[in-house]
Order: sequence, then structure tokens, then C-alpha cells
Amino acid sequence: MIASYSGKPLRLSNYSTKEFTGMKIMNMVNAINDALDIKLSDDKNVIVYGEDVGVEGGVFRATEGLQLKHGADRVFDSPLAESGIVGTAIGMAVAGLRPVVEMQFCGFVYPAFNQIISHASRIRNRSRGNFETPMVIRMPYGGGINALEHHSESMEAIFGHIPGLKVVVPSTPHDAKGLLISAIESNDTILFMEPKRIYRAIKQEVAEEKYSIPLGKANVLTQGKDVTVVAFGAMVREVQKAMIMAKEAGISVELIDLRSIYPIDRETIAKSVKKTGRIITVTEGPRSFGLGSEISQIAIEEAFLSLEAPPSRVSGFDVIVPLPKGEHHYMQDPYKIFYEIERIVKF
Amino acid sequence: MIKNKILFDQYNPLNKTMFRIIDDAGKVVNKEWLPEIGDEALLKAYKDMLFARVADLQTVSYQRQGRIYTYPPNYGQEAIAGATGALIGDNDWLVPAFREMGAMLAKGVTLKELFLYFMGYEDGSKFQKAKFTLPISVPIASQILHAAGIGYAIKYNKEDKVVFTFVGDGGTSQGDFHEAINFAGVWKVPVIFIIQNNQYGISTPTRLQTASESLAIKSVAYGVKGIQVDGNDFLAMYRTIQESVELCKKGEGPVLIEAVTYRKGAHTTSDDPTKYRTKEEELLWDGKDPLNRLKSYLIDKKLWSNEAEEKIVPQYKEEVDRQFIEAENWGAYPKEDVFKYLYADMPDDLKEQERQYDRFLQWKATKVK
Repeated sequence: MIASYSGKPLRLSNYSTKEFTGMKIMNMVNAINDALDIKLSDDKNVIVYGEDVGVEGGVFRATEGLQLKHGADRVFDSPLAESGIVGTAIGMAVAGLRPVVEMQFCGFVYPAFNQIISHASRIRNRSRGNFETPMVIRMPYGGGINALEHHSESMEAIFGHIPGLKVVVPSTPHDAKGLLISAIESNDTILFMEPKRIYRAIKQEVAEEKYSIPLGKANVLTQGKDVTVVAFGAMVREVQKAMIMAKEAGISVELIDLRSIYPIDRETIAKSVKKTGRIITVTEGPRSFGLGSEISQIAIEEAFLSLEAPPSRVSGFDVIVPLPKGEHHYMQDPYKIFYEIERIVKF
Repeated sequence: MIKNKILFDQYNPLNKTMFRIIDDAGKVVNKEWLPEIGDEALLKAYKDMLFARVADLQTVSYQRQGRIYTYPPNYGQEAIAGATGALIGDNDWLVPAFREMGAMLAKGVTLKELFLYFMGYEDGSKFQKAKFTLPISVPIASQILHAAGIGYAIKYNKEDKVVFTFVGDGGTSQGDFHEAINFAGVWKVPVIFIIQNNQYGISTPTRLQTASESLAIKSVAYGVKGIQVDGNDFLAMYRTIQESVELCKKGEGPVLIEAVTYRKGAHTTSDDPTKYRTKEEELLWDGKDPLNRLKSYLIDKKLWSNEAEEKIVPQYKEEVDRQFIEAENWGAYPKEDVFKYLYADMPDDLKEQERQYDRFLQWKATKVK
């Protein structure tokens, strides 16, 4: 029998609170709100809009209070049209503003695909650097919240596949704040995917001051020697639960939180796999052509001679995320992750 | 049945007049356009609306008890789906959004099926009896393009049918809305587009969706017939849809109906309307409640009474509960159902994914309590 993983404290992050002056307990929604507030305060070019983000403060309350504080010309409700939201943000961005727009749910971003793929990702290249689109498209993504159809998808791979976009996924309140500030300050178009399953599930001490976390750099959350596990977003927490079982089974896991889907941190992945000789990716999205495949290929290219087992993927199946009553079949639970850890270490 | 005058002409959206027949007290104020409907049919329509309301309110309370997941209430908008339900034929198509319970029930979708859907079973969209009824569609306005395509198929096959499709006021901001009306207009297909203008897209009021004077007026630009109707006036909705069906069947469709109503409930059970609207506004619209208005009209005509209503409501509640409990006893979600509906023939790779999952489940069964 496997011991239960519940009730044990999970290590939330590996930063030192001593680096900062004032700390406040925040969940991820609070941290995102704080990052937006800071950037609205220190850069008059930052504009925040989307469906229900103004008066209501967003359906998840990520923009709560911002319209009142910063004015309705800087934080406002748009008409209900994702293509319109992203397309107009592109216009604002080429004209010098820094829009931060919200897609209410990941599953509603598709009408905006044309604008994202045909323009946001291309304008700098098309104009040979004359224009650029410094903008952030925020969207809650991922399953595990018993939602209706179109509210549970993880489409990081789709966005990662588009040249010209950066894709960022935080896994903690601390990371959400620092990464979002970096995203808003970046001159590129950033897809900022927020794992809504852990919007409120995790609270931690977050610095009140402004700080940033670099895009494109992964975070080695736990050092280990037997197997590297790469995850991001809500899956980081699930891996940490599986690691409790792994520890009891005498397996030492190195956990990498990817933080950025693109640019992907090849160096950190390579270094880790050279050390452990084994790699497992844990993703929520469908398996085929997903992040797992990309990361496995990096391991093969960078650490082929160190590999002691084939790179392995724990992922969603190539199916539509089932409605709540069937969703447990789809989601990665800690047992599924531990099962794979054990299988690969014994390979 | 159509008189010499055409409703859509008289109430051309450029005339900026909303079509209504009864006032807020249920008194006839526009006799000229009273629809041809028998007493029995009228009473049945009212009772169907009442049943839908009882079911809707009860569904919200099931949600509050944690027995279903997120649910979008219909409360206050029943006359729109009710009038549709009273006129839609078994062979007509219904392309719903997600706030048209009365129309779905009229097509033969069961409450039990709707409950299954909101409990988180796809089986709730596998309608056993309802023909030509597409499942609930969540992405706003996306489904009304399908209605235009179905309209093309009807015209192509020379069928005597129409399509009913629904969108909200917020949905009129989506590109798909405009494309759908435009395609249907170019093709002259038998589609009845109904905008349920319930004043809010979640928290966003209609004035932030459009600078147009009305939503109906958008029909003018696409060259299709349009009308703004009091959506809480069952008789006006009925009369409008009656004419719409006849126009569509004569090849004079499509039509665009803006039904002006009010969402008395929340957008969904996850939403809190106190954040964005006032008590005064809610009270104002309480006075325009579609069921109360039709009930007053029926009582005046001696077709219905408060006593009759008091007698029937408990029966409805019982029936709703009965279907709900049947849905609750639906049982486990078969693992196979996760995989088997994606493709006509399951690809080998997907079969292998299912086998891998089976191996994991076997392992888990032996290792985990």
C-alpha cells in the first residue's frame, strides 16, 4: 500500500523572504491583482481591459478594485468579443501603449487566434522592427474545477508552437506576481496562462514591493538525483504530492518548474538530465505534439549519452477534457505521476 | 394566416418602436396584432412556461445544495423560449445557446437530460427523443453560424422547415454573430435568429456592447427583416415568431428578432449580480415579469386562476424532483466514454493511450486503498 500524501506540508517555493522588505499573504489572484496595480501605477501606458474586468473586477476577481483606483479609461469592460479585444490591443501596442487584456477563459480564446497568430506574433518581423506589440494576454487555463465545457483546456502547446509569441505559466502566487511584472515590461507579446485550479488554493508570503522574475528561466524547485520531473502551473503541486510517495519509496526526484513554455530553458533541463539520467514531463494538455514531446527531445539532444531510460510523458489523453463526472479520468493525479516515476526509475 | 400587413414592415427597426401586445398588467394595448391562438394552446403555453420556471428555480436550489455544477438560470426570460416552444415543430431545428430551457423541453429534451448535463455528464447532451436539436453551446454566438448552415441544407433539400437559434445581447458583439446574419441574408435561408437581450453580458450592460439604437437595427445593414419585441410579452413573441415561420417558409427569411427582457437571476450560479446592478432596477423589471403578465391576461379571460396555479405548482415540483433524482442515480462515468466518441474509428495511438490507462488503473487498484 502507498502511504497517503495528504496532510504533509509542501514546499511552495525556493526563494528567501529575506530578500524583501515587506511581505503579505496572498493567493494567486491577489498576486496578479497586485502586479497589475503596481504596473498601472508606475507606467501610464499600461491599459487593462477585457470582458467584465472593469466594474465587476473580472469573473475571478483578478482586476477587482483596479477601475476604481486607476480610472475607467485605463481599466474597463470591453464588448464581448475576444478577437476584438486582442485586435484592438495590437493597435494600442503599436501606438505605444502596453495593453494587458484578459480572455475570460482559455476555451474562449479561439476567436482571437487570427489576431494572435496573424498579427500579434508577426508585426515586429513584418515591419522589420519598425513596430512591435508589447502586450500581455492573460487567461485562466486548466482543469480540475468541475467546470462546463470549454473551461478546462490547457493549450500551452498550441501557443508555444506559434513563432513570435512568449508563453508564461506561473505555479505560485510569488511567481505569478514576478512573472506578470516581467511580462508587462517585455516588448514582446506574452501569453500569460494562469492555472485557475490553484488561483485560491495556495497562499504564501509575497513581497509587497515590485520585483520581477526573468522570462525564459526555469526554476529548480527541488534538487534530486534519480529522476528529473518537469512540470508547470497546477501540475507542480501534483508532482510535489507524488514526490512524498517517491521519497517513501526511496526515490530522489529533481523537480523543475518550467515557468516559461517559450522561450524554453534548455540549459536547466539539460543540466538536470545529465545529472539524473531520467526525465518525466507532467502536463495537463493532450499528449500528441505537446510540451512533453518537446522537452523529451531537448533531453535527447542535450543529454543522449546520460539517459538511462526513455524520456516519459504523463499527460492528458488525446481527447476533449471530459465534463466534471469524467474529468478524474483525464487529470494527472499524484498516483499517476508516482506510477510513472517508479516505472522509469526501475526501467 | 398573415394579414395584408406585415408585422416586420410596420415594426421595421428604423421606426424605433418596440412591438408589444399586452402591457405590464396584462391588458391588451395593441389589439390589431393579437395572434391567432386557441384558448387551449394558450393555456398550454402558459403551463409550459410555468413548468419551466418551477424547474429553473428548483435547479438553482439544487446547485446551492451542491448537487449540480454551474447553471445559467432562465428566470425572467421564459416567454421567449416559451413562445418558441409553442410554435417550433418536431421537424424544425433548434440551435440553442444555454438559456432556452422552455424551447429545449418543447423539442422533447427531458429535464433529466438537462440535469445530467449540469451534473457533468456528456450523456445529458445525447437527447433520446428530441429531434433536430443541437446540444447546448457555450462559446458565445459561435453556434448561430451553424444555424445558417442548417438553413442552407433545408433550402437545398427543399424541406418545409425552419431553424431557431439564440444568442444574447453580449453575443451580438462577436464577429460570428455578424457573419451568421450576413451569410443567412445572402443565402436567404429559413433561419429565425433570436437575440435574448436580457440587458447584461455577465456584468456588462448592453450600452457597453454597442452604440446602436437597438440590436434589432443591426438587421437593416444585413438586408434581413428585423424587429424589436417586448420579450416579456408572450403574445407579442408568439405573434412575431408565427409570422417569422411563415416568412421563412415562403423563402422570405431569415429574420432577426431582438427580444427585450431581463435576466432576473444571475448570469450563472457563479455570478453575483449585486456587484453590477441595483435593487431599484431589479424591482422595476419585477413589474414586467413575463409569467405574471400572461397570467393576468389569462385570468381576465377566465382561462386561469390563482387557485389553479396553487394546485398545479406542487405537482410540477414533484415532477422536477422525480427527474432530478433519476439523473442523480445515473451512476458512474464509464472510462470508455472518455475515449470512444472522438473519432468514427478510434486511432491506434488513442487505443494505446487507453490501454496504458488501464494498466495504471490495475496498478492503482492493487496499491491504493
